[in-house]
Amino acid sequence: MDLDLSKSLVFIDLDLNTKEEVLLFLSEELCKRDLVKAEYQQAILEREKVYPTGLPSPGVNIAIPHADNNLVNETSIAIGILKKPVLFNSMENTETELGVQMVIMLAIKEPHGQIEMLQKVVTIIQNEELTNRIVNTSNKSGVLEMLEPYLYQKQE
Amino acid sequence: MKRVLVACGNGIATSTVVASKIKEYAENERINIKTEQCKLMEVPGKGDDYDLVVTTGQFGGQVKTPVVGGLSLLTGVGKEETLKEILSYLK
Repeated sequence: MDLDLSKSLVFIDLDLNTKEEVLLFLSEELCKRDLVKAEYQQAILEREKVYPTGLPSPGVNIAIPHADNNLVNETSIAIGILKKPVLFNSMENTETELGVQMVIMLAIKEPHGQIEMLQKVVTIIQNEELTNRIVNTSNKSGVLEMLEPYLYQKQE
Repeated sequence: MKRVLVACGNGIATSTVVASKIKEYAENERINIKTEQCKLMEVPGKGDDYDLVVTTGQFGGQVKTPVVGGLSLLTGVGKEETLKEILSYLK
């Protein structure tokens, strides 16, 4: 399935202080566009408590919050670039806190699906040079330009 | 054929990526494996039926099967070591 990187789902310069604020902000944006069900917001918050999604990455630490696929209407992602690092717990070691500066919220509709989309997200996470450049860019179109080759798939 | 159980929080997102990376690596090494995915909380019930369990999240439960943390396959940090460790259980 193709993922259209809608411009409205990339947010830069987010001045937020806690992971809850970040999760609420991004899930609200998905919700507003009817990409996810209303319950998705609560599910994202709950899941982050039980299974945190912070990833200790080579460049900028990234979090990939997501929730149950049955709360998703349409496969989509919401990316938030934070003005300053916000503490998330690590997926691998839930006691460890990581200063995260890029959050990629995944809304995945089909179980075991979207492997291509997920792999693209992983390519971004592993690209130290790219993530450093993204958090240091202060205009949205610049960030989109950098992300586009990784996320946008041309329609056949 | 060795069977690998890949687990993450809900058995959908990160386990999908990790399972595909393990399969890809095993293919390159010409090892025939089968991967299945599940939720972390299902590992204690299912894990013993597999040759290896790989998890992306923290797993504190007990299984007889060896358990390898697979987060490095997502972040790339320490990936080679993890793949070698996984391979050592699949030969």
